[in-house]
Amino acid sequence: MIDRDEVLHVARLARLALSEDEIEPMARELSAVLDHVATISELDLADVPPTSHVVEVTGRLRPDEPRPCLPREVALEQAPAVDQDGFLVPSPQA
Amino acid sequence: MSSPDLLALTAAQAAEAIVAGSLDAAELVESYRSRAQADRAAREEGLNCFTWVAEESEIGTAQPLAGVPVAVKDLFCTAGAPSQSGSRILEGYIPPYTATAVQRLTEAGASMIAKTNQDEFAMGSSNENSAYGPVRNPWDRTRVPGGSSGGSAAAVAAGLAPWALGTDTGGSIRQPAALCGIVGLKPTYGAVSRYGMIAFASSLDQAGPLTRDVRDAALMLSLMVGQDPADATSLQFPEQIGVPCAERLDGLRLGVPGELTGEGIEAGVLEAFRAALKTAEGLGAEIVEVQLPHAPHALAAYYVLAPAEASSNLARFDGVRYGLRAENPTDLLDMYTRTRHDGFGAEVKRRIMLGTYALSSGYYDAYYGRAQRVRTMIARDFATAFGEVDFILTPTAPTVAFELGEKTGDPLSMYLNDFCTVPMSLAGIPAISIPCGLSGGLPVGLQLAGPAFSENRLLDAAYAMESVLAFDGSPARV
Repeated sequence: MIDRDEVLHVARLARLALSEDEIEPMARELSAVLDHVATISELDLADVPPTSHVVEVTGRLRPDEPRPCLPREVALEQAPAVDQDGFLVPSPQA
Repeated sequence: MSSPDLLALTAAQAAEAIVAGSLDAAELVESYRSRAQADRAAREEGLNCFTWVAEESEIGTAQPLAGVPVAVKDLFCTAGAPSQSGSRILEGYIPPYTATAVQRLTEAGASMIAKTNQDEFAMGSSNENSAYGPVRNPWDRTRVPGGSSGGSAAAVAAGLAPWALGTDTGGSIRQPAALCGIVGLKPTYGAVSRYGMIAFASSLDQAGPLTRDVRDAALMLSLMVGQDPADATSLQFPEQIGVPCAERLDGLRLGVPGELTGEGIEAGVLEAFRAALKTAEGLGAEIVEVQLPHAPHALAAYYVLAPAEASSNLARFDGVRYGLRAENPTDLLDMYTRTRHDGFGAEVKRRIMLGTYALSSGYYDAYYGRAQRVRTMIARDFATAFGEVDFILTPTAPTVAFELGEKTGDPLSMYLNDFCTVPMSLAGIPAISIPCGLSGGLPVGLQLAGPAFSENRLLDAAYAMESVLAFDGSPARV
């Protein structure tokens, strides 16, 4: 069972503000899903390796050569706020 | 060619007619584009299939498609056209580049006419999680089209697009295809590049076709597959995707797993499924029982893995580089948390929370680590089964299309829609849904799944079944 404090802790980790009226339903719904998920804790998986990739592939490398990247003005085009040549954000500490 | 005749053509037929000179590509594109535009203009009175319709489409000239129109799920980045993934946080976002899958279709002569509505960030099975409103099922406007590629499926079923591009993470192509009475194919993981797809769960996301028939699915797939330098998980498909033409299923062994064909599947769906098995037998196939002992645990594993990956992928939506930014932030953290509060819908928040919890310190092994081990067992189950049979058959979805609002109050009951499709997603194997009949006047989907890279054989078998099932999709034409 996920309680209110746990919801607020996880929301902080997720950088997600929750309104007061979102907290209790979130606790209830997360608990219900985690109850269902708990069925996998009954399986004996001691010798089973975790899946890392579904299709057999070996690490693919490419030559490390410089290539053109997204032009600065294109990268900045959709930004909510721009200052000079960069993304404008508020100070980390007001 | 008169307008109804024109709309009756599959994409492959239309392309042939254009190349042969009996059909004008511009006329075909304009017919569909104006129908799509009318649906968008009708708002709640329409099906709400689209989030954007081109004012004027650039008509493709390259072959083989020679201008045939295509509708594209909102989550594909398309330069110059809004790509919002059904989310408020990306409202009005216009990407600077185009997804490889879309690029390849365009280079093959497709004309993009519209972007289709979807569940926000592809999280949903009913298309009710879209920030741009729910999509309605053309078979019954009070019901859902399925999701998350609900707009793509409804558009194809309603004749608002000849075919559409979608994505499937846990069933998001196959389930809406089933609920709308059309064909939907999830290819082998890695067969189609993910470059330019707004990511949900990267180890599961896969692009694929939603079409009126199996040949169109093969055609669209054949034009999209192949390695892409921009997606390191994309793979060279070992062979050309051909035109399906099998008439019989002689010598094929088809496996029916008890775990996915019993409890939890509604009676009308099971009846249509069993009738389809008889059809397969009539075509010469042998029906064999197989076991997928871990398949019933697939949903639990999926609802750890997909949210975990989503919580990481969606960290990029922070109000810095694109999309929404909360007004008057007091500091950086306040900007992040309020932007995400305002921009994400309820289901996306739930999955971000679930994924963050599962990955948080002290819980990783119990949830994510364990779910990845279950995934290994599910893949092994399939490998064992494919040692005995050629394909595995199940119903695509446990129910027919349900009422709008019926399951929105209970996330877990919504997740159960993915019961039959999630195991294949976790194993990375290809699966196709074809319409196999009606239950209570609503379409039922038959799912055929095969080993990795078995698409050609899978499409052939689906084609033989489709020819004999002779499903009539026309009642849905609006």
